[in-house]
Amino acid sequence: MPQTDASNHPLHGVMAEYDSSQALVDAARKTVAEGFSKVEAYSPVPIEEVNDILHRKRTMLPKLVLAGGLTGMATGFALQYWASVIEYPMNVGGRPMASWTSFIVPSYELTILFASLTAAIGMALLSGLPMPYHPVFNVERFSMASSDKFFLVIERGDPNFDRQRVTEFLRSTGAKGVYDCAE
Amino acid sequence: MAAPAPVHRTALAETPVILPGHDFETVTETISEVPLSRRFPLGWIGFFLVALLGAGMLQMALGYLVLTGIGIWGNNVPVGWAFDIINFVWWIGIGHAGTLISAILLLFKQQWRMSISRFAEAMTIFAVVCAAIFPIFHTGRPWLAAYWLFPYPNAMGLWPQFKSPLIWDVFAVSTYATVSVVFWYVGLIPDLATLRDRAVSRPKAIIYGMLSLGWRGAARHWHRYEVATLILAGLSTPLVLSVHTVVSFDFAVSLIPGWHATIFPPYFVAGAIYSGFAMVLSLAIPVRRFYGMESLITMRHIENMAKIMLATGLIVAYGYLCEAFFAWYSASPHERFMMWNRMTGPYAWSYWMLISINAVMIQLLWFKGIRTNTTILFVMSIIVNLGMWLERFVIIVTSLNRDFVPSSWGMYYPTKWDFMTFFGTIGLFLTLFLLFLRFVPMISIFEVKTLLPQAKVKADHHAAN
Repeated sequence: MPQTDASNHPLHGVMAEYDSSQALVDAARKTVAEGFSKVEAYSPVPIEEVNDILHRKRTMLPKLVLAGGLTGMATGFALQYWASVIEYPMNVGGRPMASWTSFIVPSYELTILFASLTAAIGMALLSGLPMPYHPVFNVERFSMASSDKFFLVIERGDPNFDRQRVTEFLRSTGAKGVYDCAE
Repeated sequence: MAAPAPVHRTALAETPVILPGHDFETVTETISEVPLSRRFPLGWIGFFLVALLGAGMLQMALGYLVLTGIGIWGNNVPVGWAFDIINFVWWIGIGHAGTLISAILLLFKQQWRMSISRFAEAMTIFAVVCAAIFPIFHTGRPWLAAYWLFPYPNAMGLWPQFKSPLIWDVFAVSTYATVSVVFWYVGLIPDLATLRDRAVSRPKAIIYGMLSLGWRGAARHWHRYEVATLILAGLSTPLVLSVHTVVSFDFAVSLIPGWHATIFPPYFVAGAIYSGFAMVLSLAIPVRRFYGMESLITMRHIENMAKIMLATGLIVAYGYLCEAFFAWYSASPHERFMMWNRMTGPYAWSYWMLISINAVMIQLLWFKGIRTNTTILFVMSIIVNLGMWLERFVIIVTSLNRDFVPSSWGMYYPTKWDFMTFFGTIGLFLTLFLLFLRFVPMISIFEVKTLLPQAKVKADHHAAN
């Protein structure tokens, strides 16, 4: 991807390619040590270390899932209480209308249902997915990110971003290739 | 630290999880070439046509049922529940192995599950689809089933009876179906992105691209993804245990001798896993040979599944023993008569066949020679599925056919429509499964890669900084 004048062609960032998880992790460490902060790594497999190095933040997803599960439980119980006690009371074998023990199973299932849906949908939405287009796809080599290559992008939004400097720096981290990534 | 870690071997010198010689590229290639290939193998077409014939038969049987009424089935007083619930329980049980492999073994960090989890989960979903057909069509008017089954405000002001295990079952099975689909789809996202990036034809790239939600493997996304997967596994585990427990409540909460037993929940769950693993083996053994996946689905997988089958089979056999003991120890003449009828009555053949399969034949799995012989295992897995079908037949029919009063005794004979519906669901299951093999990566590409040395990262030597 020839890119001669950065000011005419807005850049998303500069992308470097690596051969293994280890190379990516080493490069990520160097990048952070160099003082870059708007950096993202792309890999065909999950690498826990990279997120710890680059973002240091754990996701809030577990808390959302807990909230989702509790909502499911409350919904299940309220639904059954309302239907069996208020809206459609029916005497079955002289048992109390609000036989809470028999309400456990549907409440339990709805707890799991709501929590699971929160986990899956929350994971996608927090990551901004679905998003069919993203600047990183402009680099042709990036199609290997889902098979056997590892990529690191220093984004233009980084306060220390300077195309020339970043390209040279990424070359020095052992990258197999460095590409400009158009917006 | 300099030497790379050996490809996964446990302390006991077992067969490796995946055979040596694979790297990221070969794994991607081996698995993704099946869905991305342009040609349909002749063998696949042959099987698909047979399966489609079965699915067509199901459509015919159900069409006739809807037009005529459920009187075309053989169940009638005193055996008011028969093939419809036998097959429902059988299919739901089969599904359990998929969730066990994808959720429980994930929590236990069993890496060998990675090669088989994808298609075991697909099996779960298709089994639940087949299972759902039976209760829905047993209502006779399935288009009205919504207000019998689901609580929603309808014009008649009616609500389901929440004190009944049958409505619990609706909640359990529909949650199970939904969560299984969600878990399966979440697991597919990175692999769909791989297919998108490797697809040669534009339409395929667009379809897989849309399905992959634009996944790009960013570190932040992988982190959320791993957390979400772990949570889903943690949620699916109590879910799968609850599903067959609730199914067993359909029986155990009633007062029918032969059904009213506290052993039912654990015994049903064990039986479900047992039959599920038998079905995974019945599918995995031919699939790995046909698609040449022997280096990814190794003898280690086959043998481990055989071991789980043995363990759960023994629990099931213990369940049979308990049932007989409970009947005797209860000192209730009805319970004792039911058991005596089961062992010596008109359906005794089914009981003894069941015992000889699930309690006797399964002992063969103690021998390593048997566990590593795929031909014998394949035949055994088919027989085990038959055995587990017989178990549900025995529990349901022999508990009902001789009612409390001899004047209301009666025999149950399935009709040709019963058989057509049952074999039809097998056809539907195979149709869906063959479509899955053709269009979806049958093994989780990214998960298998995590087992390779290329994915490994040394411990942080900058930790002090």
